Amino acid sequence: MNLILFLSNCIIPVIILYVVGLGLSMKLDIFDIFLEGVKDGLKTVGGILPTLIGLLTAVGVLRAANVFDYVGQALEPVIEKLAMAPEVLSLIFIKLFSSTAATGLMLDIFTEYGVDSQNGWLSALVLSCTESCIYTMSVYYMSQKITKTRWTLAGALTAAVVGVIASILLTGMMY
Amino acid sequence: MLIIGIAVGLLTGKSAEVSTALVESAKTGVNHAIGMAGVVAMWSGIMRLAEAEGLLDILTRKMEGLIHFLFPHIPEGHPAEKYISLNFAANVLGLGWAATPAGISAMEALEQLEDERRVKRHPLAMEAGTASREMCTFLVINVSSLQLIPMTIIAYRSQFGAAVPTEIVLPGILATAASTVAGIIFVKIMGRRP
Repeated sequence: MNLILFLSNCIIPVIILYVVGLGLSMKLDIFDIFLEGVKDGLKTVGGILPTLIGLLTAVGVLRAANVFDYVGQALEPVIEKLAMAPEVLSLIFIKLFSSTAATGLMLDIFTEYGVDSQNGWLSALVLSCTESCIYTMSVYYMSQKITKTRWTLAGALTAAVVGVIASILLTGMMY
Repeated sequence: MLIIGIAVGLLTGKSAEVSTALVESAKTGVNHAIGMAGVVAMWSGIMRLAEAEGLLDILTRKMEGLIHFLFPHIPEGHPAEKYISLNFAANVLGLGWAATPAGISAMEALEQLEDERRVKRHPLAMEAGTASREMCTFLVINVSSLQLIPMTIIAYRSQFGAAVPTEIVLPGILATAASTVAGIIFVKIMGRRP
């Protein structure tokens, strides 16, 4: 396991070293090419900035108004059957919008129930098998000014639901 | 979303919190973008370099089978293949920041493909402003979570004193595989419809 962790930590430096090293050996004008890309990257971020502000503001307001908690409470009967804390449900919901907010909530759950508790495990698993699909969809689609996303959301939610079910089953097997 | 939040906030007497949140999170948005700008721009530069060296073509050739299976209608050698391969590979390795510039480039290339289709009045062509089936497929697979080893979660688990922080790896891979397979099945079913 430690080997896996070590390798994961090496990925970024090794990739960069390899790409730059290869460029040097091919006698490419690496700095110019790199700067071209950096410029493009900055343009990309500039282009999605308005979307980001809109989305993060909306998520912030939803959180301040406790909407995520209400969703958790409304589904309480379901949660009781599954033996999970209401916070975990809010976590699943919030993860669709923002990874940062979800990570914060996961740490709250770690503090409250313990990192190795059933709730701690479930939240860690849910976060590792889902993505912030609303966030990603907004950023990617808005970059091309696409407003009709057809079956993207349905597909993304299907994958997320299956991931959550798998997490619940896997956590259940461990306890 | 914004309206729901404001409405619920006002109804439950949280107007003060909601006003603060409006201002604060708009600020967070800009901060987030500035933090993101550096990393995304850096990876974008590395991507351009890898492209010039032909590394992207090698990666694309390695992932050809998978890309053709998921995107049977992208013409061979189209630049979209390159960026989709890079985006998937970066996601699997957990390099989310490196995946973003590749993903946006992939969307750009797919939009160009759609433009070409519109000009040729191709039967698959969608109206401008509507997602093509390739875009839907790309995003569904992308957000089904491809990351093999959840590094940040392992780091937080060890910070909070988990007995074995890396114990999450195997169940994490299983859960991720489940969600990705569900995404692939969904995409394949939808892709068959006209």
